[in-house]
Amino acid sequence: MASSFARILSSKRKVGILSLVGAGSLTVGFFLNREQHVNAGAHVRRIYPASAEYPDLRKHNNCMASHLTPAVYAKLCDKTTPNGYTLDLAIQTGVDNPGHPFIKTVGMVAGDEESYEVFADIFNSVIKERHNGYDPCNMKHPTDLDSSKIRGGQFDAKYVLSSRVRTGRSIRGLSLPPACTRAERREVERVVIDALAGLKGDLAGKYYSLTLMNEQEQQQLIDDHFLFDKPVSPLLTCAGMARDWPDARGIWHNNEKTFLVWVNEEDHTRVISMEKGGNMKRVFERFCRGLQEVERLIQEKGWEFMWNERLGYILTCPSNLGTGLRAGVHVTLPRLSKDPRFPKILDNLRLQKRGTGGVDTAAVGNTFDISNLDRLGQSEVQLVQTVIDGLNYLIECEKKLERGQDIKIPAPISQFK
Amino acid sequence: MPFGNSHNQLKMKFSSEQEYPDLSKHNNHMAKVLTPALYEKLRSKQTPSGFTLDDVIQTGVDNPGHPFIMTVGCVAGDEETYEVFKELLDPVIQDRHGGYKPTDKHKTDLNPSNLKGGDDLDANYVLSSRVRTGRSICGFCLPPHCSRGERRAVEKLSVEALGALTGDLKGKYYALKNMTEAEQQQLIDDHFLFDKPVSPLLLASGMARDWPDARGIWHNDNKTFLVWVNEEDHLRVISMQKGGNMKEVFNRFCTGLTKIEELFKNKGHAFMWNEHLGYILTCPSNLGTGLRAGVHVKLPNLSKYRQFEEILKRLRLQKRGTGGVDTAAVGGVFDISNADRLGFSEVELVQMVVDGVKLLIVMEKRLEKGQAIEDLMPAQK
Repeated sequence: MASSFARILSSKRKVGILSLVGAGSLTVGFFLNREQHVNAGAHVRRIYPASAEYPDLRKHNNCMASHLTPAVYAKLCDKTTPNGYTLDLAIQTGVDNPGHPFIKTVGMVAGDEESYEVFADIFNSVIKERHNGYDPCNMKHPTDLDSSKIRGGQFDAKYVLSSRVRTGRSIRGLSLPPACTRAERREVERVVIDALAGLKGDLAGKYYSLTLMNEQEQQQLIDDHFLFDKPVSPLLTCAGMARDWPDARGIWHNNEKTFLVWVNEEDHTRVISMEKGGNMKRVFERFCRGLQEVERLIQEKGWEFMWNERLGYILTCPSNLGTGLRAGVHVTLPRLSKDPRFPKILDNLRLQKRGTGGVDTAAVGNTFDISNLDRLGQSEVQLVQTVIDGLNYLIECEKKLERGQDIKIPAPISQFK
Repeated sequence: MPFGNSHNQLKMKFSSEQEYPDLSKHNNHMAKVLTPALYEKLRSKQTPSGFTLDDVIQTGVDNPGHPFIMTVGCVAGDEETYEVFKELLDPVIQDRHGGYKPTDKHKTDLNPSNLKGGDDLDANYVLSSRVRTGRSICGFCLPPHCSRGERRAVEKLSVEALGALTGDLKGKYYALKNMTEAEQQQLIDDHFLFDKPVSPLLLASGMARDWPDARGIWHNDNKTFLVWVNEEDHLRVISMQKGGNMKEVFNRFCTGLTKIEELFKNKGHAFMWNEHLGYILTCPSNLGTGLRAGVHVKLPNLSKYRQFEEILKRLRLQKRGTGGVDTAAVGGVFDISNADRLGFSEVELVQMVVDGVKLLIVMEKRLEKGQAIEDLMPAQK
């Protein structure tokens, strides 16, 4: 870890550092000292032994609870990241939320990039379970945002009502939403909107701060289905992500309303490309272009995204590591959705269905949200291609059923390519 | 969220201006007092257990205001919070507790024989009588900041102490996480069961962490003396019964509390108390006596009288719905209790309730008969 910090301190990030530190030499001194703390975080206050502090997880059913044995807890409970984030903070959401009716939740979050290193003993097991066997110890995650590699991806609008690709990005050097201070969160906002202001052409747009928004702007954003609200899910609030709401939160979107960035919601940024109809290829092209342009703009100012070759893009929730990508469509499949083989077909195609309200919602009528299951271990291009190929198959099935023909369950596609 | 002291060092690399919360839309006691200058002065401090200024104020930052009452907007994480952050908390306390000065001394009086009368509130009007307070145990951090180990230690100590009570105080402990369905239903029917807090005022301060670990309810066999463990405070102690015999309720309250204090002392643990702030509790609004003595009383006519609020104010009383704080009255039945907590002793506060409720009932009876009550208007206490 020392090497990445040296890289940051020696790179062209002087502007960023000075704006953080201000005039005081004392704080500059702290910054230089920080490098020494990278491997040895400050000791946690502890009056009781680990056995007295170990959480009661007997009624719990989440990934953290499945892997946090008393031994692992004892090994990690005295450690902190250089920013001071602790194991107890990371697991609080999983302790407070024993389970979820529909899915096995992850049950822990990262407070900063170093959390994944310092608490690797628990994170790696959780990642392996959540990402179907991906082993951070001996596997590498491929990143590929070259949208020209995509084949097909223009669907019949009779079936596909809308197409969308989303991911998240974190700004290296600043703590993540569960742990960030108000100043850090405001710095994330400043860095991001500064970069977004540099977007041009079809990507040119405007930022709407949650604290400064007027009634009219708010109503427009609600009508466009762009506005995000203060999190109410205890999974998020117990992790501390809603602190100081709505300070330094906001929504940016381009004038055409096809490229959207959420600032400081569940992650530093959530980036969304979407449009009505079935042109997933174009949606993904805009997605990649926008992301790469934003990355270039922040690098000009000496910043970069959190990324490493083991875990790909670093985000708050371990479930979003790797690509953090969910590419999906709203699709009507009246006959196929009633066929008892539908779940198995989706499974083998490595697709997931949700209701049209997103996660935790039920489908309305025959319209489903269909998206990729996987996030880590395959690249963006691979995952989007999987969605495209899978949708083609599903639409073919629907057409066959329309014609009275029979359909087949496809062979399961391999997971890690 | 309670952050350890190591995390507080992270904040210090940013300037005070960069960290100062946006309180422009806020209306709570904390927001009125915490200027940028004061924030700068206090932000580098922490208590010996690592509770910081931002930990104190997080609930007030996250909850700008409340429709019915002016909230406090800060909490204590341990006994030392009130000392280390006195420049913030003294003005908050002064504002909240009617001008109580940093140099004032608080009187504690738990001698029930000092209460005059109170055994004969008209049971045709007074449905039930109740006195509650809270207690914190020295040497342990408070609910916003305690670790699981500490919370469990508080529970263990409390269960042992309460287990030694005898006579009409003898009872049983029900841990929230071990409760059977039958026990749970009984406690709900008795109106004893407390649930995981849902109020964002409490959640934002971190009090609900690890629920329901080390939380529970103890009550005596007669169901007239009840202790909540590790809810909003280490202990909440409640004495209650149907009818209007507030004197008996207060007797039991004082006897029980004194016994419990003795049992804790025998185990080497005093209650948090000092002569300036009285009993130390999580929320500054509960300092001093932490006492709320109240009745459920039928006042259908008086409650519609144009000067009802003024009468209550002069008697130093407060009205709530029968669901407690944040509820509305149902069917003309009100929860009437003392408005003060600090600067008056327990006996003085219960005396105010007894005398005040007596007068309210006299007024209600007059209004029932269509008679005037202007001559009964009290002076400001």
